[in-house]
Amino acid sequence: MYDVVIIGAGVIGCALARELSRWRLKLAVCEKNSDVADGASKANSAIVHSGHSNAPGSNMARFNLAGNLLYEQLCQELGVPLQRNGSLNIAFTDEEVGKLQQLMRDGEANGVSGMRIVGPDELRVMEPQLNAEVKAALFAPSSAITSPYELAVAMAENAAHNGAELILNCKVLKVEKREDSWTLFCSDRKLETQVLVNAAGLYADVFNNQVSAKKIKILPRKGQYWIVDKSYAGSFKHTIFQVPGSMGKGILLTPTVDGTILLGPTAEDQEDREDTSTSRESLEHIKTVAKRSWPALPEHALIGSFAGIRAHTKENDFIIGERQDAPGFFNAAGIESPGLSAAPAIAEELCKQIVSKLGAVKNNSFNPRRNPIPAFRHMSFAEKTAAIQRNPLFGRIVCRCEQITEAEIRASIRRPVGALTVDAVKRRTRAGMGRCQGGFCLPRVVDILSQELGLSPARITKDGSLSEILAGDRPDQPAMSSQCKTARRPAKTPRF
Amino acid sequence: MQNGSQTCENPEVLIIGGGPAGLAAAIAAYDRGCRKILLLEREPRLGGILQQCIHTGFGLQIFKDELSGPEYAQRYIDQLEQRGIAYQCDTMVLEISEQRLVTSVNPRLGLQRFQAGSVILAMGCRERSRGALGIPGTRSAGIYSAGTAQRFVNLEGYVPGKKIVILGSGDIGLIMARRMVFSGAEVLAVVEIMPFSSGLKRNVVQCLDDFGIPLLLSHTVTEIKGRGRLSAVVVSQVDERRRPIPGTEKEFDCDTLLLSVGLIPENELSRGAGVKLSVTTSGPLVDERMQTNVPGIFACGNVLHVHDLVDHVSEEAALAGEAAADYCRQPGLGLPEEFLLLEDGYGVRGTVPQRVAKQSLQGVLRLTFRPSQVFMNAAILLEADGVALQESRRRILTPGEMASISIRGKQLATLRDKKKLTIKIIES
Ligand SMILES: Cc1cc2nc3c(=O)[nH]c(=O)nc-3n(C[C@H](O)[C@H](O)[C@H](O)COP(=O)(O)OP(=O)(O)OC[C@H]3O[C@@H](n4cnc5c(N)ncnc54)[C@H](O)[C@@H]3O)c2cc1C
Ligand SMILES: Cc1cc2nc3c(=O)[nH]c(=O)nc-3n(C[C@H](O)[C@H](O)[C@H](O)COP(=O)(O)OP(=O)(O)OC[C@H]3O[C@@H](n4cnc5c(N)ncnc54)[C@H](O)[C@@H]3O)c2cc1C
Repeated sequence: MYDVVIIGAGVIGCALARELSRWRLKLAVCEKNSDVADGASKANSAIVHSGHSNAPGSNMARFNLAGNLLYEQLCQELGVPLQRNGSLNIAFTDEEVGKLQQLMRDGEANGVSGMRIVGPDELRVMEPQLNAEVKAALFAPSSAITSPYELAVAMAENAAHNGAELILNCKVLKVEKREDSWTLFCSDRKLETQVLVNAAGLYADVFNNQVSAKKIKILPRKGQYWIVDKSYAGSFKHTIFQVPGSMGKGILLTPTVDGTILLGPTAEDQEDREDTSTSRESLEHIKTVAKRSWPALPEHALIGSFAGIRAHTKENDFIIGERQDAPGFFNAAGIESPGLSAAPAIAEELCKQIVSKLGAVKNNSFNPRRNPIPAFRHMSFAEKTAAIQRNPLFGRIVCRCEQITEAEIRASIRRPVGALTVDAVKRRTRAGMGRCQGGFCLPRVVDILSQELGLSPARITKDGSLSEILAGDRPDQPAMSSQCKTARRPAKTPRF
Repeated sequence: MQNGSQTCENPEVLIIGGGPAGLAAAIAAYDRGCRKILLLEREPRLGGILQQCIHTGFGLQIFKDELSGPEYAQRYIDQLEQRGIAYQCDTMVLEISEQRLVTSVNPRLGLQRFQAGSVILAMGCRERSRGALGIPGTRSAGIYSAGTAQRFVNLEGYVPGKKIVILGSGDIGLIMARRMVFSGAEVLAVVEIMPFSSGLKRNVVQCLDDFGIPLLLSHTVTEIKGRGRLSAVVVSQVDERRRPIPGTEKEFDCDTLLLSVGLIPENELSRGAGVKLSVTTSGPLVDERMQTNVPGIFACGNVLHVHDLVDHVSEEAALAGEAAADYCRQPGLGLPEEFLLLEDGYGVRGTVPQRVAKQSLQGVLRLTFRPSQVFMNAAILLEADGVALQESRRRILTPGEMASISIRGKQLATLRDKKKLTIKIIES
């Protein structure tokens, strides 16, 4: 019997697992996919919003502000990148300038500090590449950027380190109330728990509606993006929003902590909760609207596109807390934007409620710190030399675009909550995210995964079941592969 | 010996990349008298991309023989080893400075720094990815560049898929179409956006026609379908401006899409050293000795401009090797003072070299370029400051085959007081 089981290892489930691991609880997270952060948490704008765009008085306003304030310490403890780059909402017309003032009033009501309206001259200095026709902008210095999947992985690792259990490839099919507990019927097992947390993202309505008379409905809303190559890093320092309602409804432009620039997202309602395909029309639309902010947008430097799906509800607010007609069942539902920003605060609040319900005691051995995988590319000459002496595999570059070494790839697989797929390696190390998009490193990463996991390369997947990279051994020379595999396996690789 | 790990302190000539370009450059530098040479290669063995090109057709010009890629490479590797030229494999160059300080990394030798007399860039090229094409659809498994698939099949011994569509009719795409058939897969079509193949004619015949694989010209892939693994691609016809024509969509059920949509010279390192690149070739701007704008840094092979025949790579690299050796023997030698500039005229793209030092207008000057479209019964015209200098007729010129012209002795001498040479194509 578990004390707490969380359905869903997105940024919400992972943040809550880490918070709960501060307490002595038997705790598990069930995730249907092969990795954490494989839903909305891997495909979003990666912005820790300042909080001025939420309706005053809403859960979104409250948790966004509180979450934003928690980010510094969280990222510092977990070794996750965070940059307080500030945001600019830009206005092209007098009418839009009026909207900026409204936005600033909302922001102040929500408790956002440090905002001010910036005129055209100062804007030129702040963002030389910005369209010269911009009349004014609302500057919010507390807006920040982070790496959402690194954050989720880091929180999951830290939770695991402090005793939480993470069960991947485990789909919860149905939940049922017992006398004082809950039963979860999963694809491969059955779990019993006292407290059940619904952090299932796009499927949060399914579980809520199984146990509560107060129904909700998730309305999937897709957002598509372009990625600009990092050779344009530094083109923009701030996150640039256009005023919503004007031509570009919500198409923003933001630097990422990796040096690329994101353009997007669109907002497209759809029935399908899994369809993250991109479309020609939307990608064209993004380019057109983004050029209003960035007239010199370099189209040849667009290295990729992707889409994420928001778990929108008609209430348009986060649904958080215990269901009155289902004691012991806690929701974190309808967590659309600013869900990433709010995650640490949502986790704190739910943790408080659950701990008081269970009367849990402190976990005195809780360690808030997690050492990230040392990144060769960020080391000094002396540090690189020392790293290679410690582990020669730091001396072998596997991903040439991002300069990721074999040591980093192997570490990403061997850690707690280790990578099981090519995409999971990519999310933990950046291998394959550069301008050649894995053309160079894919065969090498497949090879390393197969060695580390003890699987045939033909069973290595891109992103979980049914996404095998290869179709099998070459028929004409089946013996060759196994031969060269063993020959290339490093004799003894130090663990760290 | 496969794993070179010799070293050479402060080498006179340091070569980055051990493909056919780097090998030929090293050998030529040695034969020019240079003895302090070091070649660095990031793969566990020398030979470059040739090691995965197990088909034949290499060396027809230089060796008058039809060799496979590895056989061709081995001839040069043998020559390198006979001369005792130092090389390191498993060694990736991370940085080159304008002053030719080269930083590299190797698991056993660690982080190393070499102050080189001259540097030869021979890093080859990489393949353009799906992202760069912006093909919409899902991000499923089963989409690979043709070179990645070639590596999986030929070096690792795995087939990437069973039912295959290939986008792009470059040589690697054509070769891989046949290779996939040999590996038991079904190749449904090769799809090419241009109205002509961008590969060598002989490859279209030997790799597609002989196997009944359809080549769909003026078509492109407009959508990718499938969750998990690829399940289908949508192919549409395009108009003269390469825009998909609505209503022409055809769906192909397949599990793999191979991309052979262009090679990009690998010049991240060059940029860091202050080497100026051409917008047309994406390679460094060089003079007739393959010297870049940075004195003492030379370039050759696919890093300079994408070649279709390896024989030409070897020839070009030998020039760079000799020039780099000469550079070290005349310390303090800067760039020549006066240049004749080369310009792409009508129908011509990416002329290499882009400039010629006036002091070396002697012997033979070979200029290479790509036609911008297919021309039948055309003439290549060379003009010096707007005045016709020479004309040579060609039965066919296509973008898939690099073209060249040579200027010799007496004619070269007449160019001393000229400023600009233009190559153009005249249709008849
Ligand atoms: C396009 C877009 C842009 C955004 N931009 C921002 C932004 O800039 N700033 C910001 O603050 N927020 C942003 N958001 C919102 C933010 O990404 C989300 O609020 C956040 O990621 C939600 O996290 P989650 O854990 O609730 O959901 P998810 O990450 O979707 O996690 C839910 C998890 O539950 C799992 N699951 C579902 N069903 C089951 C089952 N039956 N059994 C087991 N596991 C199950 C899923 O596989 C998934 O891993 C954006 C969202 C989108 C889509
Ligand atoms: C995928 C592919 C398939 C091809 N197939 C054919 C074919 O079938 N037939 C044909 O005639 N031609 C083919 N070609 C063209 C052929 O490759 C060229 O003619 C020739 O190989 C180019 O030689 P190169 O030495 O310039 O480049 P490469 O052969 O690519 O060699 C470059 C070398 O530099 C190394 N290198 C790069 N960066 C670094 C660094 N930072 N540090 C250390 N080393 C580095 C690389 O590992 C590589 O070994 C193909 C090209 C490619 C890219």
